[in-house]
Amino acid sequence: MTKTDFGLHSQLLSRDTAERVLAAALQRGGDFAEIFAEDRRSCAATYDDSKIEELTSGRSRGAGIRVISGDATGFAHTADLSESGLLTAAITAADATRGTSSGTKVAALSPQNIANPSTPLILPETVEKARKVEMLARVDAAARSVDNHISQVACRYGDNRRTFVVANSRGIYGGDDQVKSSFSVTCVAVGDGGMQTGRESIGHTVGFEIFERYDVEELARQAARRAVTKLKARPAPSGTMPVVIGKGGGGVLFHEACGHGLEADHIAKNASVFTGRIGELVASPLVTLIDDGTMPDEWGCYAIDDEGNPARHNVLIQDGVLVDYMWDHLRAEQQGRDSSGNGRRQSYQHLPMVRMTNTYIANGDANPNDIIADTPEGVYVAQLGGGQVNPATGDFVFGMTEAYIIRNGELAEPLREGNLIGNGPEVLQNIDALGNDFAMGSPGTCGKDGQGVPVGDGTPTLRVTALTVGGTAN
Amino acid sequence: MSASVSTEELLEIGDRIIGWAGDDEEVEIVVAHEHETEVRAYDGEVEYFASATSRGAGIRVIKLAGGERRQGFAYAGSLDENILAETLDDARDNAKFATSDEHLGLIAPDDVTYPSLDLFKDSLAEVSPEEKIELALRLERSVCEGDQRIIGVESADYADSISASAIVSTSGIRVAECDTSCHLAAFSIANADDDTQTGFGFSVGREPSELDVDIAAQDAIHRATRLLGAKKPHSQRMAVLLDPWVSAQLLGVVGGTLSGDAVIRGRSLFADRLGEQIATELITLIDDPTNPEAFTAGEADGEGLATRQNVLVESGYLKSFTHNSYTARRCATSSTASAVRGFSSTPGTACLALSLLPGSLSQEELCQKVGEGVLVQSLFGLHSGVNPVSGDFSCGAEGLVIRDGATAEPLKEFTIASTIQKLLLNIADVGNDLTWLPMRAAGMSLLIEDVTISGD
Repeated sequence: MTKTDFGLHSQLLSRDTAERVLAAALQRGGDFAEIFAEDRRSCAATYDDSKIEELTSGRSRGAGIRVISGDATGFAHTADLSESGLLTAAITAADATRGTSSGTKVAALSPQNIANPSTPLILPETVEKARKVEMLARVDAAARSVDNHISQVACRYGDNRRTFVVANSRGIYGGDDQVKSSFSVTCVAVGDGGMQTGRESIGHTVGFEIFERYDVEELARQAARRAVTKLKARPAPSGTMPVVIGKGGGGVLFHEACGHGLEADHIAKNASVFTGRIGELVASPLVTLIDDGTMPDEWGCYAIDDEGNPARHNVLIQDGVLVDYMWDHLRAEQQGRDSSGNGRRQSYQHLPMVRMTNTYIANGDANPNDIIADTPEGVYVAQLGGGQVNPATGDFVFGMTEAYIIRNGELAEPLREGNLIGNGPEVLQNIDALGNDFAMGSPGTCGKDGQGVPVGDGTPTLRVTALTVGGTAN
Repeated sequence: MSASVSTEELLEIGDRIIGWAGDDEEVEIVVAHEHETEVRAYDGEVEYFASATSRGAGIRVIKLAGGERRQGFAYAGSLDENILAETLDDARDNAKFATSDEHLGLIAPDDVTYPSLDLFKDSLAEVSPEEKIELALRLERSVCEGDQRIIGVESADYADSISASAIVSTSGIRVAECDTSCHLAAFSIANADDDTQTGFGFSVGREPSELDVDIAAQDAIHRATRLLGAKKPHSQRMAVLLDPWVSAQLLGVVGGTLSGDAVIRGRSLFADRLGEQIATELITLIDDPTNPEAFTAGEADGEGLATRQNVLVESGYLKSFTHNSYTARRCATSSTASAVRGFSSTPGTACLALSLLPGSLSQEELCQKVGEGVLVQSLFGLHSGVNPVSGDFSCGAEGLVIRDGATAEPLKEFTIASTIQKLLLNIADVGNDLTWLPMRAAGMSLLIEDVTISGD
């Protein structure tokens, strides 16, 4: 565990400056003011079409300031981190609320030291660019060695470092230093039936040591095998049937089926099917759903959220019973309770809102092989793509990127890609088997209201008794 | 924070950076400046008012050495001269690690004249915050009060932007443009007999006087209330009639498969089909960013070439892919001025303002024509259920039954599935209701036969 480095942070936003800017933001009224100053640097290398196409580096730096007056929020951002730049943004944000409330004093800022759950061992900025790109050529060769049907290999290396300081009129003055590294590979296979794709991706809140933990060439071979397998795929069935979802990436199911519906902003606006259902049995008793921003090294972990509240391990559903929603500052304050550490934003240019972190289903006790063997007919989804939900109706879809028919309790032919559709509250009740093979899935970017943030998800193997498979076969 | 910036200032920044280019390199800079405001109304009050100015620049360098050409790129969210100097150095350094490629190179202006599209309305800068707030509040009120089955409005937003950008390069590109845009959007929640449905409505323009609160509110109400009581359909194959909003999304997917980027990388399912029939003869697909009706209209593409009209599919036959300078060189053809990018990326290729040549029937007449089928009002999960490489197409959908030539009861929680190849060949008619939408495509009612509906 590393202690937050306040040397780094005070360069972004010193305590004295923060106090003066917050005072200015509340000078003409308002109940709450906040400064979020961020520095972000990224590097990406793409390899495609048998060559290193490009190495890209980027940086951005700036601050977002919000002022809350009653229920109204004013927000402005600036790339100018000088005190005069911040003061200008503070006045703009304050003006935008048109605050009429009497005004609030700024509490003395007290630095907090909360350790990030991850400790990057090799900062990517210290790794030579040559090492980052050298690896990509090996990946290409590994993928093509799998099968001569592989016609194209694309892979991408990415790292980014996001350092921020957040200070608010309640006295919070904290920061975080988030280092992330990722790698993905997509292969195209060509056969008689056209082209198919296979993909693998990894991403963790760690440094370059991620490549000591994973063998990228093996990931490439897996992606290639997925693509080649799908050359023999038949159209997926259409209709409602039992669906077994493999460990890991199946977490997307819960992210969509209920995760978004448990975000307090949807709840506050009566725009979630889970509104008013705390204490009720909303899922099969097998289901315990947790959102945990403290999971070390996972894609969605952090020390503090983008409002300065510590990341937490939040149990949302316990043995099928809805225990709590996820909260940010604004929604928690309206309910007179504490934030659950789920206030996140894409960058300093965005307002924070309630977001998931790492969302997962705790282990059950079934043997995953038994779950399949116990399913006479159905579909097994080995790898999921993304998904989408309408929280107000609960209807959601998620994509299957690798799936098989289950016949007589055994995996049979591979299936072509497609979406599955279901209704969150119904699907949660219809989980009738939960495996003991929990794993986290691939890194994801969760989109909400135009903002993307990194999230993780995970699940053991599980079975839903009825989901609608969106294929074309009868 | 100045609301607008002169394009001349951006060009001067570009000139300065290009002036630093050495003899052994080509340099291109994209400079962007944007001022945005966004107001959200909720429960009769302002939920938030955000106001922001962002700026940034991306620098592309092609290093030339002994017949080799290597490309590097870097960007910064700043127009500070010292930072841009470092960014240029980063791009130069990044170029060292790329594979040499003879087809790399910046493009020089060609003989197409830049269109003059009048996309900038001075008046937007004069609109007061109070007027913007009032538009959002009126929108929310109109949705809430328009129908007693509306139980809430999840969001009612007014948003606008004033943006300017410039591209300057050592190959003779020096172009700037600016535009204004604004929109209203509402997401409504309707409830009746314990059933909840949602809908959205919007209005888009280049200045607030072009916005229509009533149309946005009525659409948001209508789209939610007409789904109340929706049931899951039985699985079957039948004709679907796509609403303009949905067909525009489908055109976007099709446009992606025709991108030169996908072609040269062996990821376009139409790569070998140039000159062949890929769609019914009813289909003429045109990408025309010079049409000022398109919200994504523009005078220059992402490499600074004059935009132009490109016919991609003519009477069902594949005529052209979209190309930028690099993909064009790879395919031994010319750029179609279809480079797209923000300041934080190198140019890709894509359709900029895609539309079909409209047909002659209205949506109602198309319902009569088909007799039995499903009107699809919205699709979701396009990113997870459509594979533009294999052509597999499967999306969540909601809509209405078409029975006896008219729309009937609502449907929900089903998928429609086919392949992109089949969908294009099965288009049975194109509506006359062409509407430009806030995406890179126009929509029109589209009748497609033999699509699989998956439900119960």
